[in-house]
Amino acid sequence: MALGKWVVTSKLCLVLFSGQGFFYAVSWRIKNYIRQRRERMIDDMKEQLEAIRAEADAELSAVKDAKALDALRVKFLGKKGALTAILKQMGKLTAEERPVMGQLANEVRTFIEEAIAAKQTEITRLEMQARLASETIDVTLPGQKQSLGSLHPLAIVENEIKEIFLGMGFEIADGPEVEYDYYNFEALNLPPDHPARDTQDTFYITDNILLRTQTSSVQVHVMENQKPPIRVISPGRVFRSDAVDATHSPLFHQIEGLVVDKGITMADLKGTLEMLMKRLYGPDCKIRLRPHHFPFTEPSAEVDVMCFGCMGKGCRICKNEGYIELLGAGMVHPKVLEGCGIDSSVYSGFAFGLGLERVVMRRYNISDMRLLFENDYRFLEQF
Amino acid sequence: MNLSMKWLSDYIKKDIPAAEFCAGMTMSGSKVECYETEGSEVKNVVVGQLLSVVPHENSDHLVVCQVDVGQGEPIQIVTGAPNVSAGDIVPVALVGAELPGGIKIKKGKLRGVESCGMLCSLGELGLTTHDFPYAIADGIFLIQEDCRIGQDIHEAIGLNDTSVEFEITSNRPDCMSVVGLAREAAVTFDTPLCVEEPAFTGTDEDINEILKVDIENEVLCPRYAAGLVRNVKIGPSPRWMRERLRASGVRPINNLVDITNYVMLEYGQPMHAFDLRYVKDSHIIVRNAKDGEEITTLDGQVRRLSPEMLVIADTEKPIAVAGVMGGEYSGIMDDTTTVVFESAYFEPVQVRRTAKKLGMRTDASARYEKGLDAEGCLRSLTRALQLVQELGAGEPVASHIDVVKSIKPRNEIPFDPAWINGFLGTDIPEETMVRTLNGLGIEVRDGVCISPSFRIDLERPADIAEEVARIYGYNNIPSTVLTGAANAALTPDQKFLRTIENTMVSLGCYGILTYSFISPKYFDKIGLPEDSRLRKTITIMNPLGEDTSIMRTTTLPSMLEILAGNYKNRNAGVKLFEVGKEYIPTEEGQLPSEPSRLTVGMYGEDVDFFELKGTVEALLSEIGISDCEYVRASEDNTFDEVCALHPGRSAVILCKGQAIGYLGEIHPAVQETYGFGTRVYAAKLCATEMLPLAQTEVTYKETPKFPAITRDLSLLCEDTLPVGTMEKAIKGAVGKILEKVTLFDVYKGQQIAEGMKSVSFSISMRSSEGTLTDEQADAAMKRVLKALGDLGASLRE
Repeated sequence: MALGKWVVTSKLCLVLFSGQGFFYAVSWRIKNYIRQRRERMIDDMKEQLEAIRAEADAELSAVKDAKALDALRVKFLGKKGALTAILKQMGKLTAEERPVMGQLANEVRTFIEEAIAAKQTEITRLEMQARLASETIDVTLPGQKQSLGSLHPLAIVENEIKEIFLGMGFEIADGPEVEYDYYNFEALNLPPDHPARDTQDTFYITDNILLRTQTSSVQVHVMENQKPPIRVISPGRVFRSDAVDATHSPLFHQIEGLVVDKGITMADLKGTLEMLMKRLYGPDCKIRLRPHHFPFTEPSAEVDVMCFGCMGKGCRICKNEGYIELLGAGMVHPKVLEGCGIDSSVYSGFAFGLGLERVVMRRYNISDMRLLFENDYRFLEQF
Repeated sequence: MNLSMKWLSDYIKKDIPAAEFCAGMTMSGSKVECYETEGSEVKNVVVGQLLSVVPHENSDHLVVCQVDVGQGEPIQIVTGAPNVSAGDIVPVALVGAELPGGIKIKKGKLRGVESCGMLCSLGELGLTTHDFPYAIADGIFLIQEDCRIGQDIHEAIGLNDTSVEFEITSNRPDCMSVVGLAREAAVTFDTPLCVEEPAFTGTDEDINEILKVDIENEVLCPRYAAGLVRNVKIGPSPRWMRERLRASGVRPINNLVDITNYVMLEYGQPMHAFDLRYVKDSHIIVRNAKDGEEITTLDGQVRRLSPEMLVIADTEKPIAVAGVMGGEYSGIMDDTTTVVFESAYFEPVQVRRTAKKLGMRTDASARYEKGLDAEGCLRSLTRALQLVQELGAGEPVASHIDVVKSIKPRNEIPFDPAWINGFLGTDIPEETMVRTLNGLGIEVRDGVCISPSFRIDLERPADIAEEVARIYGYNNIPSTVLTGAANAALTPDQKFLRTIENTMVSLGCYGILTYSFISPKYFDKIGLPEDSRLRKTITIMNPLGEDTSIMRTTTLPSMLEILAGNYKNRNAGVKLFEVGKEYIPTEEGQLPSEPSRLTVGMYGEDVDFFELKGTVEALLSEIGISDCEYVRASEDNTFDEVCALHPGRSAVILCKGQAIGYLGEIHPAVQETYGFGTRVYAAKLCATEMLPLAQTEVTYKETPKFPAITRDLSLLCEDTLPVGTMEKAIKGAVGKILEKVTLFDVYKGQQIAEGMKSVSFSISMRSSEGTLTDEQADAAMKRVLKALGDLGASLRE
């Protein structure tokens, strides 16, 4: 141990006392000095960077709006900004020092950029908040009036019934309203002087042209022009000379239905009408068929629908009957088929006729038929 | 047809409550309208006997009666009726009684004397002297019936029947009789029908020595039966008969008339009675009336007959209109001694025509015209004579005259249970079918149904199926769903009309519905020229009134009426539309054409010509009608009713040169006629004619790839130059690269000379082949200015 100390001392003496040794000593000092300055400079830069980071951090927290934030961005990150100024000094650094300092500078830049971005998000959020608050309106104020009309209630229900039948594969046939006696009566097994003509007070144009009293006239046109299978409905206006009152009108609407094919049964008629009524009035709707007489069907039936007021128990609406008469129906009379050139031994069919006004009045609880033809705006706008 | 339940019980021994009876009959095909229990408004009224009648101490017209009402102690009743005396049997309404009209009897005092009830008149019980011919109308009903004191009045005077009102369809005249309904009831309620064949003894005289009957027209009268009654004693019918007639809604008159009515109700066969004294030469001839012949019918009216009518005549004159009504002269009178009963079959159609032509539908004609039972004539005659004998109304002669020319044979219809089940969709056993048919009087033998003579409606297997089905119960038939493929869709015109309606709704208009028939006065209201072809209409021969007497040839007045109604009802503003038909006469004897029209009508604060035009344009665009031109109404004569429009504010719409409609403000004079205090606008579009012009197929066009160049032009021109003309010129001048011309300003006023206007367009141009150059646009503008210059429009400085 003692020997080692000695060796070092003697070597130092040797250096100090030789000329070369002196030189070495001086240059060491200079080097040392330079090194120390450089180290100070680096420390300085580090400090400055830290200061910038701290300053940016402090200033950022005080920033309240986008404009101030922008100014801050320029101050620290801009071309003439603090960070740029520091980075300009990088040139003075050695190749070894640069990455170290560069990394630090980048850290500071990243820090500031992220802080600004965070602040930006925050400010955007606040601004949105402020905007939303300032734009709040009284949502209970009424909307801007848009004018939208509506179909006549009769047309609404007619369309609904058309849809039901289209869905069941029925086509829609049209026929003339001013009609030959033949189509309205004769071809429907109502020859002249048939007593049943009495029940349909007819408007005549000439002896053999009239205003159709029933859409059944279209049955004949359809059967004359189309071979079975036939599946049609025919909605339209019909006319009877009934004076106007709450339940009568000289003009009203019917929807006729006709099916002709091989093997059509009365059970098919029942099933079809049940489906119609369930679609119109809901799945609980019940119908009832009563024997009746129409010259163009055999067997014939009147079809009642269970009163919705009392569900069949009897009430004021149904006059204590429990059921309301809604339509007439039956199996197409063989004479009618044959008159239209359809072999009644091969084909059979059913037909029905529905009074549209009655359905509409029931549906909307309209008690006076005249309202339908008066067309007052206060009435129309309710549909 | 009103059915007496008491009468029915002669034939149906089963006791069925009224409500159940009615429901059952309705469901088997005899529809019950309602039923009514007689005297149901009369409650707590009993038979009483007056013990004493003394004058009221404080009144000179009231009397005080002590009345035995079978309650031990007599009760005291004060009455003002003059016709009572001690010992009389009277109806007594006790305290708490109810009488027709909601009258309730309370205890009270009349001039200080207590009265515990009321003695009743016929009227107070809801009866008339027809029900009790021996009673007086204005006094207490003095009962002469077999009854006991204290008995309920219903029982005592037979006021306890139930009357059921049936709606009998025209194919079932057999059910317009008690026996017919009894047959239906027997099958419906599965109980035997007990009908006895009528019979009587009668006197030995030979009717042929007294009366002769000849039928000259055997087509209109295939059968005529006659019977004779000697020593007629006219008087009231017995109570039971009067009660039954009353319950059937027939007024009792006297025994002979009542018998004819009774038989008609019972068997459905109208009967007629002649006084033999007034049958000249005692010779009845059934013949056609002679031209100009007259008869005074039973109702006192003189009827002029025509040769197609059938009459019952003697050798000199008609004594009855066959099947309709008898003559006054030969009717039954109080001194009638010998009566001829007629029971005949008349051909339905002629009875109907005669009754209609003479304007007298009678009970008899209503039955004959539906077709009666030709085989039943004799039975009804026998029944009438039997009743005469039973009632002691005279002495019937046993022999009768029955002239039978030709009776339609009964129909024979194949009976095929399998076919019936197949047709109905049922599985009804053959035995059940046969039992039903037999019950209805239909014989089934060797696969054949033989229709009874009273069932004229049974002709075909379908008729037999109905008989089976209605007794089986329509509601016992299963419900099946239609099978098989079906291909259904709206036709193009149905789709087109639906699009029109839906578009009008989305444009803020409300659908309306107006009558197809209008008043001829409507034409005057819209100022239509006298010689307008629209005045040539389909005219109803028998309208309800002039207001609904012609079929409309224009929908415009219907719309105006509805608008006027709304205005009158103070609706501030309305926008309405109707899709409906016009009825345009074609050739004589041919049906009219019935084209569909869209009619639009509106008035209100925000409504002006351009509002209406905007609505119409939007509609046309939606339904695929493009390239429309609007010309002044005076330049096109398609629509006569444009006379109802303001000449300066109306236009006819042309599409591909075809007039498809018009629009405009209603003429101020017409507005005034309709009572409007505001401007009114209307349009009509010919939907039917528009369909072939409509482009309903849509093809996608690629969105533009190259930018557009837009140039705005402000032009100065004379006020009278239509913008439409300028637009057309621009379109022509720009050519293929034109994308859109938009009018954005029309200005008159300051800086613009009087009679001039400034019109500004924005013209957008685009090419599908490349970006347009300014040079191309400039060249186009140059062409535009040139074209506009030709119209007298110049660029505004």
